[in-house]
Amino acid sequence: MTTVDAVQRGSTWSGVQRWARRDEVRRAACLVALMVTIAVITGPDGSQNSPYSGLRGSLLSRHAIPFYVLAVILAATSLAGGRWTTAATAPVRALRQRTTGIVIPKPVKLVALALLAVLVLYYPTTLAPFWQTVLVDQMGIYVLLAVGLNVVVGFAGLLDLGYIAFFAIGAYTTAYFTDKLPVHPPFTLNPFFVFPIAVGAALLAGVILGGPTLRLRGDYLAIVTLGFGEIVRITAVNSDAITNGPQGAFGIPHFSAFGYHWTLDSLPYYYLLLVVVALVVFFFRRLDDSRVGRAWAAIREDEVAAAATGIPTLKFKLMAFAIGASTSGFAGVIYASKVGFINPDNFPLLLSILVLTMVIFGGMGSIYGVILGAAVLGWLPNYLRDYVPAQDRFIYFGALLIVMMIFRPQGLLPSRRRSRELRLSELGIGGADGTGPIPGSTQ
Amino acid sequence: MSAAVLEVSDLTLRFGGLTSLDKVSLRHERGEVLAVIGPNGAGKTSLFNCLTGVYTPQEGTVTFHPDGGTDTAVLGRKPFQVNKLGIARTFQNIRLFNALTAVENVKIGIESHQKTGPIGAMLRLPRTRREERASDDEAFRLLEFVGLKARANQVAASLPYGDQRRLEIARALGTKPQLLCLDEPAAGTNPAEKRQLETLIRDISETGVSVLLIEHDMKLVMSVAANVVVLNFGQVIAAGTPQQIQRDPKVVEAYLGGGESDDAATTPPAKKVPPRKTSLKKPED
Repeated sequence: MTTVDAVQRGSTWSGVQRWARRDEVRRAACLVALMVTIAVITGPDGSQNSPYSGLRGSLLSRHAIPFYVLAVILAATSLAGGRWTTAATAPVRALRQRTTGIVIPKPVKLVALALLAVLVLYYPTTLAPFWQTVLVDQMGIYVLLAVGLNVVVGFAGLLDLGYIAFFAIGAYTTAYFTDKLPVHPPFTLNPFFVFPIAVGAALLAGVILGGPTLRLRGDYLAIVTLGFGEIVRITAVNSDAITNGPQGAFGIPHFSAFGYHWTLDSLPYYYLLLVVVALVVFFFRRLDDSRVGRAWAAIREDEVAAAATGIPTLKFKLMAFAIGASTSGFAGVIYASKVGFINPDNFPLLLSILVLTMVIFGGMGSIYGVILGAAVLGWLPNYLRDYVPAQDRFIYFGALLIVMMIFRPQGLLPSRRRSRELRLSELGIGGADGTGPIPGSTQ
Repeated sequence: MSAAVLEVSDLTLRFGGLTSLDKVSLRHERGEVLAVIGPNGAGKTSLFNCLTGVYTPQEGTVTFHPDGGTDTAVLGRKPFQVNKLGIARTFQNIRLFNALTAVENVKIGIESHQKTGPIGAMLRLPRTRREERASDDEAFRLLEFVGLKARANQVAASLPYGDQRRLEIARALGTKPQLLCLDEPAAGTNPAEKRQLETLIRDISETGVSVLLIEHDMKLVMSVAANVVVLNFGQVIAAGTPQQIQRDPKVVEAYLGGGESDDAATTPPAKKVPPRKTSLKKPED
């Protein structure tokens, strides 16, 4: 072997090393690995007699092909380093550029709105009862929860991992005032009229939790709220004499108000939720575009500067927390009345995280985004039910989230401010996680 | 003699064993521009942080004399309360709300003194609409005042450096301060931006707002300040008019570490690097 050969080989080898170290190559490799892993996990179980059958069944079977195709596409997209994405989105961008500044005439807007109204009002009546139930239990209630959490996480930038505790408080308040708990209320009410009390209780809980803890920031706040969520759940498990312990409450009646009685039928609940969500969206949009919303944005971006600009930060953070909590409590009443029985297992930590996932998936800070996010993530596992084995459903769910966070971290329909924050934080200006700018990075 | 807007007496701030401010006293006359100068680490920003509620000094008093109001102690108040009193500030390293537009930044300052709560905002009550209109008008007026009206709808982070400085000043002015504390507003700006800044500080002063200015740029200080206070190692070593300060031997010594230079006034001591001997290099270098 000549020295020239050796040098050349060395340089090839180091070239390969350099190539392998490149970001896009690593990303592509990760995506391929992810897809292969999913193919294996979702494949058949192994057997003692032939230890490789599981592997063979997973990697060489027909069902793995879509994953390989997806892996190749994702890897290629990643290797192209955004060039393909740029090319693929060029028509969209061109369209957007041409349409910016064009004001959609009011009649067109009204027609579009009317079409949407017909869709959301009429379409559910054509669905099978199973899907109507999904629409309420798995989507509608979560949409309401997500819109509420969006105020806390998206608007004010506070990471709340105990959000479902307020949902539980709403539900248990309903159980209490319909006399379904071991302790008896001074008067019984139909769940419909528990709304104001439950909202008040959740709001109070939000203030009690928020008062001492909102002095904390970022991760620390997340841990404390996580603890609070667990305290509420464990209290419900252990207070047999008050909450009936793990058995929970049974037979919570359906809503009944103004001469109308809700029943086991899901549709009336759907329409009730529709009205509630529409009202909440209407009010929260105004809130976002107001002094209060701007103060939240200021706190989210730079708490120190916000305080120096005269914003009482604690008061505004508490406000966001209380508004989020009361929305959650409201959803809790609907849930309790719709399902009719509640127990502590309905309110696990996982549910808080699920709602947070919906908010992030849809686009933090964007009301329509989180509605879409909650609807999609509520619908997906039920849709997959028909196509994949039950135990695999959440693998697909997780894969979707991972792919989403890699390629579109700002969410489905991001808010303009929020995606700007994300872009700026990538440039090292400020932090997009609501913990304020990284010290010294503002220059 | 006009009345004082701010009186600081015997302010002492310690961090453990380190004394950052040592019996600092100063008097700021209403409507004037008072500059605080001193070498790096002299305690200028610490002083600012004490005045605006970020730090709580161990000793001393700070009294604010609001126009037509009663004298108020500043110490012990939180930053937002200090701002409510009428003392606004900017930051040495610009701290704008980067993802918001210029006009939104200014509106946040203006609206921090408004009353609309969440209920009013959701129902858009008459007062909310009135305040919103007032906030818009005032924001554009202030942007025009600092010369940024044309950039009102640009994102703060996308503005040129000097514009960001002026936007931060506009945001602070939005809170209707009687005393505006500027922490090194000229740091990092180019000569043209410096001249604009000089005019702006004069304009602000003419509207009746007292300006407390921390600055390294001596030319700027000499041209806009009526009085100068010099800090070194946390102590006031000199105070007086710019002309008096320029001639003060203690100031010259503090800045140049010896009396050998005779152009203290013209040399910007800002980024003066202390002479470093090669033999004192850190071992890992």
